Amino acid sequence: MSKKPVKSPKKEVQTTGHSWDGIEEYNNPLPRWWLWTFYICVIWGVGYSVLYPAWPLINGATPGLLGHSTRADVAADIARFEAANAPIVEKLVSTELTEIANDPELINYTRNAGAAVFRTWCVQCHGSGAAGNPGGYPNLLDNDWLWGGDVETIHTTITHGIRNTDDPDARYSAMPAFGRDELLEPAQIAQVVQHVRAISGQEHDAALAADGAVVFEENCASCHMEDGTGDRTQGAPNLTDAIWLYGGDVATLTETVTNARFGVMPNWGGEFGRLTEAEVRAVALYVHSLGGGE
Amino acid sequence: MSSTEPSQLYAAREPIFPRRVSGRFRNLKWIILAITLGIYYILPWARWDRGPGMPDQAVLLDLGGRRFFFFSIEIWPHEFYFVAGLLIMAGLGLFLFTSALGRVWCGYTCPQTVWTDLFMLVERWVEGDRNNRLRLWRQGWTLQKIRLRLVKWTLWLLIALGTGGAWVFYFADAPTLLKDLLTGQALPVAYITVAVLTATTFAFAGFAREQICVYACPWPRIQAAMMDEDTITIAYREWRGEPRGKLLKGEQSPDATHQGDCIDCMACVNVCPMGIDIRDGQQLECITCALCIDACDEVMDKIGKPRGLIDYMALKDEAAERAGAHPTQIWRHVFRPRTMVYFTLWAGIGVALIAALLLRSPIDFNISPVRNPIYVTLSDGAIRNTYEMRLRNKQGEAAPFRISLTSDDPAVAGGLTLTLEGQIGDTVEVPADETLTQRIYVVAPAGSPMATAARTDISIWVEDMATSDKVSAETIFNGKGG
Repeated sequence: MSKKPVKSPKKEVQTTGHSWDGIEEYNNPLPRWWLWTFYICVIWGVGYSVLYPAWPLINGATPGLLGHSTRADVAADIARFEAANAPIVEKLVSTELTEIANDPELINYTRNAGAAVFRTWCVQCHGSGAAGNPGGYPNLLDNDWLWGGDVETIHTTITHGIRNTDDPDARYSAMPAFGRDELLEPAQIAQVVQHVRAISGQEHDAALAADGAVVFEENCASCHMEDGTGDRTQGAPNLTDAIWLYGGDVATLTETVTNARFGVMPNWGGEFGRLTEAEVRAVALYVHSLGGGE
Repeated sequence: MSSTEPSQLYAAREPIFPRRVSGRFRNLKWIILAITLGIYYILPWARWDRGPGMPDQAVLLDLGGRRFFFFSIEIWPHEFYFVAGLLIMAGLGLFLFTSALGRVWCGYTCPQTVWTDLFMLVERWVEGDRNNRLRLWRQGWTLQKIRLRLVKWTLWLLIALGTGGAWVFYFADAPTLLKDLLTGQALPVAYITVAVLTATTFAFAGFAREQICVYACPWPRIQAAMMDEDTITIAYREWRGEPRGKLLKGEQSPDATHQGDCIDCMACVNVCPMGIDIRDGQQLECITCALCIDACDEVMDKIGKPRGLIDYMALKDEAAERAGAHPTQIWRHVFRPRTMVYFTLWAGIGVALIAALLLRSPIDFNISPVRNPIYVTLSDGAIRNTYEMRLRNKQGEAAPFRISLTSDDPAVAGGLTLTLEGQIGDTVEVPADETLTQRIYVVAPAGSPMATAARTDISIWVEDMATSDKVSAETIFNGKGG
């Protein structure tokens, strides 16, 4: 806007002496406050490296005079967390299992704590959505239970596990290997498989199934009951419903009858397990709340 | 040109002693100062009844409860886009005002300017005007100087304390917090915040002043891109003022006809809080506070020349006037494509925010199908889907909600059964101000169309049983097919 050149600053400005194509580089000093801030940062940095872990050595770093450690911080955080949770954990352990669901505070706690336990210890077999996995890892969402689906039964199953050798109170039952041990002829196995398909409402050969009914009554009914609805006290599955642990097709059923199945689950609680009673209770309540609870 | 003398590591601040000035812009600035400071100090004490169980503070940023209250508006964390929108509007508003009117924000309403103005008022009141302060600065530490400095700093510190103190009242119930602060029962964070803001106010408005604008603030750098030849800003009518020179009293000097209107009285320089000379043209330091206009107008009145040697004008007009042409009308400068674009964006976001506010659903819930697994086969062959619903109760007291299910096809709605985990019936009670996570089960009988189809569209409804407000969300039912 002005015809005049911009007025020169009040003072002569120093230059660095560098000049390129006639353009010179000013050597303006820093503002005083900036310099002070810089000095303070240097002093602070020296103090910090003396007081806190700072200089890397071959086996770790200088520990610092204050002895600060983030690992110790985490340990203290965990201890504080456990101390803060102690009252509700105490309450969870001392409350009757069947009464827990009536306490909003406890049910809210078990919903979250149980989910955490489940995600840590249970998902490897039962899946992150608790829908089980093929090959004998039961779906915990449905309303079919091998050993029972009320809170107390689920709690017992988790505490002692199934068919493990670590806990004398583990749930135990074994189906005979009818084929491998030559308890049944292959023809009889084929008949009983057709019978099982018949009582579970699947496509089947009526003639074979009729013969199979006799085989079933003689060999299977003691555990699976005469009508095939199973017996939860022995962990014998209901064969008449739409849910199969290993599979309801002819090949899988033949395999099951021939070689039997022997699913195992670790004992999580009790004397020999690795979870505390509160954790077992939390995860039992959590599993009970997934839709299949009885 | 290169200098050989040793360079100093730092540049000491050049002290500035602005002279008192009066005039229309000074008066406007006092009014704006009173309004902005008044809003800042008084607003936390305004009350607003929201019913039982709710805070009655008109403006409250409840960080602990994660909610913002602004009179009748309540913002929850999931509605934070309102705050983002307001911040964008503030940014665009700054663009709009700067491109139209230059740095009016800096000159009139920026907290740094307002508090510095207030601190200078105190300074002038205690130590006197420019000449007294200059003398005081030059003299040694006499008893009188120590006394004046102590009085001034004490007053500054009290204002700073009031400023830092008022800030925390926006984050908690003001009367309770004041009592806690005075009795030593407030949280450490409250004391630390007050201490930090007291210290920064004291240092920034008392000592750093224009250095904040020149060194610390990014806005002076950005504003150059916002301004152009049409922007109304403060400029010196050089064609009228130059050549400047002393006014010869009483008589006409031989070359009076060649002399410009500027009598080089330095009034404009002496009143400038930034310590610059506006006659040098547009400068980074200028915050367009307009005090030089007041100072110059006063002098022009005295010597009987027209006002406006220093004036608000567009830079384009300065050139036009110099060439003898008429300046463009003000509204032509203000309403130009650039400002229209900024205004359209600004207003567009404003309208969108208001619309979003008015269309906010009375019930906040969302529903997501559990996809791990997508369905569960029950022992009778029925297909069950699970949904996770998050339902927020914003009413300040526990309230029951009824959950139901509909579909465009009545056969579908009739065939599906909805149950709630852990609840009897179709009603859930949500505690006050909480978000409930509820599992919802929907079962389709074995062999039904919904169980065999890949997916069926359904709607889940939530009815607030107290107010009968109903809202729905669309979701899907996954069957075996597909």
